[in-house]
Amino acid sequence: MTTQVKRNIVIEKEKSLKSLFLRWETLLILLFVVVNVMNASISKNYLNTANLFTAISTFLVKGFIAFPMAYILVLGDIDLSVGSTVALSATLLGVSYNAGLPMGVAVVIALLCGTLCGLINGIILTKFTELAAMIVTLGTMTLYRGIAEMILGSQSTGGLQNVTWFYNLYYARLGAVPYIFIIFCVLAIAFGFVLHKTTFGRYLYAIGNSRVVAHYSGIPVQAIRLISFTLVGFVCGISAIYYASWAGTVRFDIATGYELEAISMVVLGGISTAGGKGNFPGTVISIFTIGLLKYGLGLINVNSQTILMIIGAILIVVVTIPNIRVQKNAAKAIKPAAKRC
Amino acid sequence: MSEYILELCNITKIFPGVKALDGVNFQLKAGEIHALMGENGAGKSTFIKVITGVHHAEEGTIFLDGKKVEFRTPLDAQRAGIAAIYQHVTSYPHLSVAENIFMGHESVKGGMIQWKEMHKRADALLSRLNAEFSSAALMSSLSVAQQQMVEIAKALSMDARIIIMDEPTAALTRSESEELYRISEKLRDEGKSIIFISHRLEDMYRLATRVTVFRDANYIGTYDVAQITPPELIKAMVGREIKELFPKPEVEIGEEVLRVENLSRAGYFRDVSFNIHAGEIVGFTGLVGAGRTEVVQTLFGIERYDSGKIIFEGKEIQIRKPQDAMRRGIGLLTEDRQECGLILDWGIGANITLPELRKYAKRHVTNEKVENTAAKQLAESVDVKAVTIFDKASSLSGGNQQKVVVAKALGSDLKLLIMDEPTKGVDVGAKAAIYEIMGELVQKGLAIIMISSEMPEILGMSDRVYVMCDGRVTGELGRGVASQEVILELAMAKHTHHAHAQGV
Amino acid sequence: MQSQMKSLFKKLRGSRELSLFLVLAILCVAVQLRNNAFLTSKTINDMLKNYSTTITLSLGMMSVLLIGGIDISVASSLAFSGMCASLMMRDGIYTSTLVMFLVSVGIGLLCGMLVGLVITQGKVLPIIATLGLTNIFRGATYIVSGSRWVSAYQFQSAFKQFAQTNTLSFGLINNLVFITIVCYAVFFVIMKWTRFGRRIYAVGSNPEAASVSGININAIKFAVYSIAGAFAGLTGAMYTALYASAQSDMGMGMEMDVIAACVIGGVSLNGGQGSVVGVLLGALTMAVIGKALPLIGVSQFWQTAIKGLIILTAIIINVLAQRMMRKNALKEREI
Repeated sequence: MTTQVKRNIVIEKEKSLKSLFLRWETLLILLFVVVNVMNASISKNYLNTANLFTAISTFLVKGFIAFPMAYILVLGDIDLSVGSTVALSATLLGVSYNAGLPMGVAVVIALLCGTLCGLINGIILTKFTELAAMIVTLGTMTLYRGIAEMILGSQSTGGLQNVTWFYNLYYARLGAVPYIFIIFCVLAIAFGFVLHKTTFGRYLYAIGNSRVVAHYSGIPVQAIRLISFTLVGFVCGISAIYYASWAGTVRFDIATGYELEAISMVVLGGISTAGGKGNFPGTVISIFTIGLLKYGLGLINVNSQTILMIIGAILIVVVTIPNIRVQKNAAKAIKPAAKRC
Repeated sequence: MSEYILELCNITKIFPGVKALDGVNFQLKAGEIHALMGENGAGKSTFIKVITGVHHAEEGTIFLDGKKVEFRTPLDAQRAGIAAIYQHVTSYPHLSVAENIFMGHESVKGGMIQWKEMHKRADALLSRLNAEFSSAALMSSLSVAQQQMVEIAKALSMDARIIIMDEPTAALTRSESEELYRISEKLRDEGKSIIFISHRLEDMYRLATRVTVFRDANYIGTYDVAQITPPELIKAMVGREIKELFPKPEVEIGEEVLRVENLSRAGYFRDVSFNIHAGEIVGFTGLVGAGRTEVVQTLFGIERYDSGKIIFEGKEIQIRKPQDAMRRGIGLLTEDRQECGLILDWGIGANITLPELRKYAKRHVTNEKVENTAAKQLAESVDVKAVTIFDKASSLSGGNQQKVVVAKALGSDLKLLIMDEPTKGVDVGAKAAIYEIMGELVQKGLAIIMISSEMPEILGMSDRVYVMCDGRVTGELGRGVASQEVILELAMAKHTHHAHAQGV
Repeated sequence: MQSQMKSLFKKLRGSRELSLFLVLAILCVAVQLRNNAFLTSKTINDMLKNYSTTITLSLGMMSVLLIGGIDISVASSLAFSGMCASLMMRDGIYTSTLVMFLVSVGIGLLCGMLVGLVITQGKVLPIIATLGLTNIFRGATYIVSGSRWVSAYQFQSAFKQFAQTNTLSFGLINNLVFITIVCYAVFFVIMKWTRFGRRIYAVGSNPEAASVSGININAIKFAVYSIAGAFAGLTGAMYTALYASAQSDMGMGMEMDVIAACVIGGVSLNGGQGSVVGVLLGALTMAVIGKALPLIGVSQFWQTAIKGLIILTAIIINVLAQRMMRKNALKEREI
């Protein structure tokens, strides 16, 4: 028997100021400040609280979706069907109400519809694990919007704002603060907490890093994926309700581009499309950054297509930067080895 | 003018933590069939990869036709006329045989591929090898033996002068092996030089004129096949002083923990039966492809089985997923820890606590302090050499990584621990530590199933040894009876029987 | 035993195209029974002419899918190149139809090259790259056009006539259909008889084996996305000619049509598998479905949903077929 030196492994984490500054979130906050400065210089009334909240509320409607989308990306998957799910859920809400059902029931129907759409995605993906999330959600994206089109055709379904409490869902405020903002904050805290402080969240990161290792470690990989996709659908239902409350009228072709925006918000927030990496606060900051950027662009009358174009460009740039850095580091690592025989 | 077409001198190849080749030598004469033999891990596959330009040796030189050469990429070796046929065929499953043979150097006239001519040339090559399929067949529709023939045809199409075959008969039936012998002899008669790696003594006696033996990354010697007997050859392959590193402590054997009866899974293993008791270390050995890993994966719920019974602590159970196994107290350390056992980007602590995360959480809310303390305890109990619990798993050596995986398994309340090649890629110091840990575990009443291809390990640590070959259990040996020679014979059981039948 | 297996697999391989053809034939017959205006020469000609855009674009998507990638930006490149070429014709930069087509193809090619660059040099996942780029191209289309149309009266009369005449084939076949046929013929030859075509299959089938054999994977990927872009450009010109107008939202959703056409046609999403004939049959099936649905009384508003259902069904069937083949292969293994 050898004499063993009792090893003492340290469990306190080293905190350094440098690491704080170089973090992605810091850059993000910087970007956020820049956007606000630009907006303030464009519009004199920008920093007026009431106006600011009005501006924020518009993008919160789709901002919700970024929360569960973050989970999906951490898992290493993707969900392109979110826009279509919102459209379908909103369509069913409008149609149910106009068919005579009480608004409360219509709202529940919208939630159920969204949840079901997400559940279908999840079931297909977990029963046929050979299929990539990309193609399945491309298919359901087409299908769900198609169903909405089947129901509404070229018609719109409206009159939703006649129900006062429904109108208030989006427009009512507690003092100066819109209720939607409050709900948003609550959900942000909830989603962030679950991701960073619960076993479920840890499992998401594990699966995103390596499905195989997660499986061998006893983690119920497919069950977690199923839950996550269903969650996306549920939140899309919420988004649909707020959309309907904001617009009062629903057509089948609403909510286009939601998948691009949601994914961009998550990716800009620092969560990698490869899975297993990233932080939630980043997502929240980038929701506001992109939202306010869109608002600012709208102030100078940039049309919505161009705005989507800019977001598309942001997405590509943000995804490319880490890859270029990785390549440079890899190149540095190879050089010394070349000396060998 | 050298009498050797290929010569390698003093080749040393080092991977992080392990020396795969230690100053080995090799000479290949033109027009000979030369066998390369040795146990798993002796360095044969690495050696072949050096010859084909996949790996660069740290030391040593390669001479082709007496001239010094350097292979920077596999393409260099190919252009020099060296072709290798591996066990796991790398081909294009969706394309035809002819295309697989000629991809990259198709017959082209005026920019257009000459299919007719290519098929003709391919068919000519195939008929030289007596293939029963045509060059129009889809690669994925061929059996492994046939795919191998295509690989050989590919080598011939590139005018290879030196053909290397890595375990060519491992996946072949009796008659298919016969075919391969015939092809090899024909190629030799045409002037090609062949190196082949095989565990089958009969392959060697049938084909080779000379045989080189590697053992533990060292070159042992080159012998004339006509002048060496099977026992002598086996002794050269395994003969070493078995340093009793840390012999298994004497432990009282307890109740039966697990009994497996007639477990079968189509295509992988058949009629496997064994049992293990508390405090026992049961070794599972055999050649690569024997089916050991597949059997234990069934015990852990990674794969299903078609028929048979698993009886755990006296009760028949169903294990459908890893959670089922873990719940009952069965743990698994996989053979490939980097692929299946560790998240390399994570810290040691996060890896260790992953399977039992709920234990360290209160109502699903994680408590980092509790986690880190538990991880620290577990890591220290197996003496992981790390500074903090946050050290990335990727920064550790092979041996240390293995300790982390052990710590991870120990996080659960285990009754049975399955270890698949526990010291593969691990340096001697860490090996000793792992054996010590195993000893401590069985003293506490744990049962351990140890899959290993390393003889000293099997003989030094097991109370009993099961030997598998081609998906079946070919023998069960007690501690006193087991010896290297007996085990190797049982591991090649089907084949040595054939060898005996041929009067070798 | 082996010769039995040989003929079985031969049948299985050839049968994808065969069964597709049968399905298509049955479909046509079924529709004809419901509405005997279907299998008339006029209807068929109209159908082929109107769907020549989708059928042609499917080739571009095929080459991308063959290497295991995807490109959902083709519909937007279509719009962008078609719009730019139309604007130039409107503003009198050229009057020739031929030049218009060449300009459109050229612009489409540049779009495709951008996609290829982002994917090979930026190392971005194809779905993410093309998700971003589809919005960029579409936005660019709105910008250059000022959100206005280029209407019929702003085009050269020769161009307006192009889609309705048979000049290219000396009076035999409609021009657009002729272009489609030529494209398929050329593509068929390239895919089957050139080294380049075979390398595309190799990269899709087994990228590691391909790079070990010395094939430059990034070059092939770049080429393939560029080709898709060029096809998008060509289709943009065809689309504009067909409708004698250029709108910023043209072609929206067409990427799903061509993906469906390819998936039905047997192109594997993992790469390495797929034939030009299969894609043709798949595209024709999509065309027939599109044309037939209104004829049998199905509202046009159902088309998108049916498209989505087709895609989902096709990919699931592929998975089930793969599983069965693997199971059979395992049973063959004697131990």
